[in-house]
Amino acid sequence: MSHFLAIIRRDIKLALRQGGGAPLAVAFFILVVTFFPLGIGPEHALLERISAGVVWVAALLAAMLSLDRLFQADFEDGGLDLLALSPLPLELIVVAKCTAHWLTTGLPLLIAAPVLALLLDMAPDGLAVLALAMLLGTPSLSLIGAIGAALTVGIRRGGVLLSLLVLPLYVPVLIFGAGAVEAATSALAPRPHLLILGALLLAALALAPWASAAALRLNLD
Amino acid sequence: MTAGGTFEGRGLDCVRGERVIFEDLDFSVEAGAALMVTGPNGSGKSSLLRLAAGLLRPAGGHLLWDGAEITGAIEVHRARLAFIGHLDALKPSLTVAENLSFWSALSTTHGRLDDAALDAALNRFGLAALANVAARLLSAGERRRAALARLAVSSATLWLLDEPTAALDAASTAALIELLEAHRAGGGLVVVASHVDLGLSGAAALDLGARPRPTP
Repeated sequence: MSHFLAIIRRDIKLALRQGGGAPLAVAFFILVVTFFPLGIGPEHALLERISAGVVWVAALLAAMLSLDRLFQADFEDGGLDLLALSPLPLELIVVAKCTAHWLTTGLPLLIAAPVLALLLDMAPDGLAVLALAMLLGTPSLSLIGAIGAALTVGIRRGGVLLSLLVLPLYVPVLIFGAGAVEAATSALAPRPHLLILGALLLAALALAPWASAAALRLNLD
Repeated sequence: MTAGGTFEGRGLDCVRGERVIFEDLDFSVEAGAALMVTGPNGSGKSSLLRLAAGLLRPAGGHLLWDGAEITGAIEVHRARLAFIGHLDALKPSLTVAENLSFWSALSTTHGRLDDAALDAALNRFGLAALANVAARLLSAGERRRAALARLAVSSATLWLLDEPTAALDAASTAALIELLEAHRAGGGLVVVASHVDLGLSGAAALDLGARPRPTP
């Protein structure tokens, strides 16, 4: 357990010091969301209608930003060899790195999301559900993204390939994440959507660490 | 340190991509012994060390610890080895002390390292004054010393070193040799791949360049 925490602590420290983590993702998130009223015009009904989708799409893109460095920095400086030789199984190392990634990207996005949704005139009923949906959805983004990051770890400038690999896998999170908010704002029950988001998270937690670790082993060989 | 054993490779074949690096290679290191692996570029020194660490799978042959396949209990094998690759595994934005304490915390089973042990390791390679300097500001030799300091806090039995003296000055090389000899005196095993003869007492030599080139 102390090894697990040591990796999380180090990765958070790295993300904060290199400036590539939380502040960058949140700034990107805010910029993308504010572009919509600027582009479409300040029509309340229209913005309210698209708010859930816009916030979710912007969050998916922002969560992708720092993914390409998730394992690559360690791969390039030889640290991945040492991580692979540590007593902690590679699968748990993946979970630790995803946890750190979520804490420095997903969590700040989750905090910023309701504020931005308010900017887009989202109905008050939707805000709490949006936060809840993002709490369930964003960890899945880090975990699913880890598979893509592990597959492209050996490729220089693999960021574009990573997006092409990972974005299609984000579709279910987008559909049910936006669906939950949609349901709440149209006085339907958001519960089924949230349950499916929870199920997606559990599935990602069960499968992504194994897939990522297998991909990393291929790249170490 | 855990008690030493005998580490052997029997009939090892190594294939990288389509290329056969070496075939039918044998080596043996006993507790307290050292093995110097030499050979020209591309002869498979690094590959042999990665095989020995269990990072690569041999295309053929066996790696044995006290006669038992290392793949049978790979976690046990990982726990008894310390690996210094040709890359330094330092994070540019972390300080020398932070880098060292992270890797040593990760390699020990209890995951904790006291400050005195950390300071002693840094002192051994003359890094005390650089402890709070970010690794990105270090010279190549200083980076190498920061990587080698991991050995000084290691409780591993088997040390695998890839070109440890690259960019090292004479004083640091002497400090490394002293550390290696102390490790061997305590029953540890040392495998070094290097172009430079470290002059370890009674070290066995394995010259990969002197072996017949594998037929392509």
